[in-house]
This record gives sequence, C-alpha cells and structure tokens, in this order.
Amino acid sequence: MILLELFFSFAKVGVMTFGGGLAMLPILQREIVEHKGWATEAELTDYFAIGQCTPGIIAVNTATFVGQKQAGILGGILATLGVAFPSVVIITCLASVISAFAGLKVIAHAFAGIRICVCVLIFNALLKLSRSSVVDLPTGLIAVTVALLAFFTDLSPAVFVLCAAVAGLAIQAVKRSRKKEAEG
Amino acid sequence: MELLLSLYWEFFKTGLFAVGGGLATLPFLQNMAVSTGWFTTAQLADMIAVSESTPGPLGINTATYVGFTTAGVPGAVVATLGLVSPSIIIILVVAAFLKAFRDSRTVQDVFYGLRPASMGLIAASGLSVVLMAFYLPAGADLLHQIHLPGVALAAVLLILTRYCKQTKGLHPILFILASAVVGAIFSF
Repeated sequence: MILLELFFSFAKVGVMTFGGGLAMLPILQREIVEHKGWATEAELTDYFAIGQCTPGIIAVNTATFVGQKQAGILGGILATLGVAFPSVVIITCLASVISAFAGLKVIAHAFAGIRICVCVLIFNALLKLSRSSVVDLPTGLIAVTVALLAFFTDLSPAVFVLCAAVAGLAIQAVKRSRKKEAEG
Repeated sequence: MELLLSLYWEFFKTGLFAVGGGLATLPFLQNMAVSTGWFTTAQLADMIAVSESTPGPLGINTATYVGFTTAGVPGAVVATLGLVSPSIIIILVVAAFLKAFRDSRTVQDVFYGLRPASMGLIAASGLSVVLMAFYLPAGADLLHQIHLPGVALAAVLLILTRYCKQTKGLHPILFILASAVVGAIFSF
C-alpha cells in the first residue's frame, strides 16, 4: 500500500507545482518532509544537490530518491510515475483548450501573480532548509560563494557540487586535526 | 510503432544529457525540432508557454506536449516515459550506493560541503525568478522598472506565511491560488 501512497502523494506534488523543479521545493517540504515524514530537511537538501548534477530533471530525481528510500526500486518508479501523471493527464486532455487560454491577458496576469508567490515560498523554504545545511561559518561561506558565482557566471552546477564536496572533505579534515592537537 | 520508438529514444537521450532541471531540456528540444521535423521551433515556443502555465514540472509538461503533438496520447505517454527513464536508472544506482555508504565518515564530510552548496544553487535560481517577477525592463527609470504592486503582494505574502499565526500553517497551494487571483484582478 505504501506504493499507492507514494504514487498519489507525488501526483499531488506534481499537480501543485507551477514552473520548474525549484517551484516544487516548498510543496515537497510541506508534503514529504512535514506531512509524510518520508525525508528529513537535510535529506531533501541532499537530493536537490545530487539532482542538480545528475542527468534528468530535478523533480524526477527527487521523486525517485524519496520513493526508493521508502519502498525500494518499485517505490522509486511509482513515485516518479506519480509526479509525471498529472502532467500527462492535464496536457493530453486539455492541450487544445489550454493553448487557446495561454494567449489570454488575464491568464498572463494570474501567472505574474503566481511567480511572485513562488518567490516568497522559495525564500521561506530556503530559510527552513538552511537550518540543517548552514551550520557554522565554513558552510555559510560555501552557501554565499556558490550563490553569487552561480548567479553571475555560467558555470555548470556540477562544478559547484564537485568543489563543495572537496571543500567539505578538506574542512572536516582540518577540524579533526585541530581537535586532535587541542586534545594531544 | 516506429514513430513511438524513436520518440522514446529521442526523449531518453534528452533525459540522459540534460543536467540541472527542466530548462536544461530546451536546447535538446530545439535540436529535436530541427533534426526530426516532428514539430517546428515556433510550435515549440507555444508548447513551452502552455507547459509553464499548467500544473506540473516544466520538463515533464513539455515532453508530454511534444509527444502529444507528434503522436497523440500514446506519444505523450511514451515521450514522458523516455524522459524519466534515464533519471530513474541513474538515481536508483546512486541511491543504492548512498544507502551503503551513508554512515561512512567520508560521505558525511562530503555532504557537509554539499548541503550549503545546494542552498547556494537554489538561492541563485531563486534570484533569477525574483528578477522575472519584479523587474520590468520596459520602465523609463529605475522606479518604473520595479513592479511595485508585486512588491506589495510579496510583502503581504511574507507576513501571512511567516508571522501571522492564523495563516502561516496553511498549505502553499492556497497562497499560490490567491496570488493568481490577485494578479488577474489587478492586471499584474
């Protein structure tokens, strides 16, 4: 039954996402972390980090991760099918109607409103998630540096992820050797 | 049947090589339009507009729409499955490794660095969304380039989602729907 639950929970996430995978973050945090308890905030952050540097769209990568953790390979597959299901239904049933609607001014205005709301929701989600990821000065520096470089340069996310992984190893190694020195 | 197989294969390739979210699939779709002739690049622009204004992740919506345009309902299903297949395979492999090594000190050290980097990446993409939402390039001077009604809506939303006890626990979709109504009424 967990399989059905995964499918429907992720279908719910899919239907409530407007725009790219990023817009999904506040909804995932609500449904998967707070409501279902299927992942912790730290895990959700990990999935997004891995999802950004592995092939495929982030929404699917995250769904596969959460599903796999709850119910193995089948769980991963069903969560992914769940997140894609509303799109397939809505677009195949409504494609012709929607393309007539998409040109309407009022729809464009409504989406301008939605974009503003998505900004606020992402901001809130970031603040919440940073509690488990920005835990000291070095992690704070990593977050700010990556944010600025990613915004102002065209470097691939994979570059940041690789550098941050190396930085994590190095910082922890330094911390440990300092601690040893202090003790010894 | 042959068309469906090549649809699956084309979208499989897109899912395999597009790294970093739905927008990363766009160059592949443009290439697909040119090389297969299934749809024109002008049609693609319309399909992206519709995909952005329907629920669901952008990458999946676009794949579904392109598949539907090319080969009807079976095409929609096959293109979407093609797009998600590589992710499922790769992530299942990564997840299996992660499970085995989760408790290792090295993996934990790596994630100590990865988590803030992930925050940084999300913040950077968030900033691009902020620019799209609040910046009006057509404005005459700086004051007219900032979408003031949008700033007001954002301020109200911040208070409602963070500080107002009665509303801050509400589901995010309610705020999204309310913002759509506000945007439509006040011609954002």
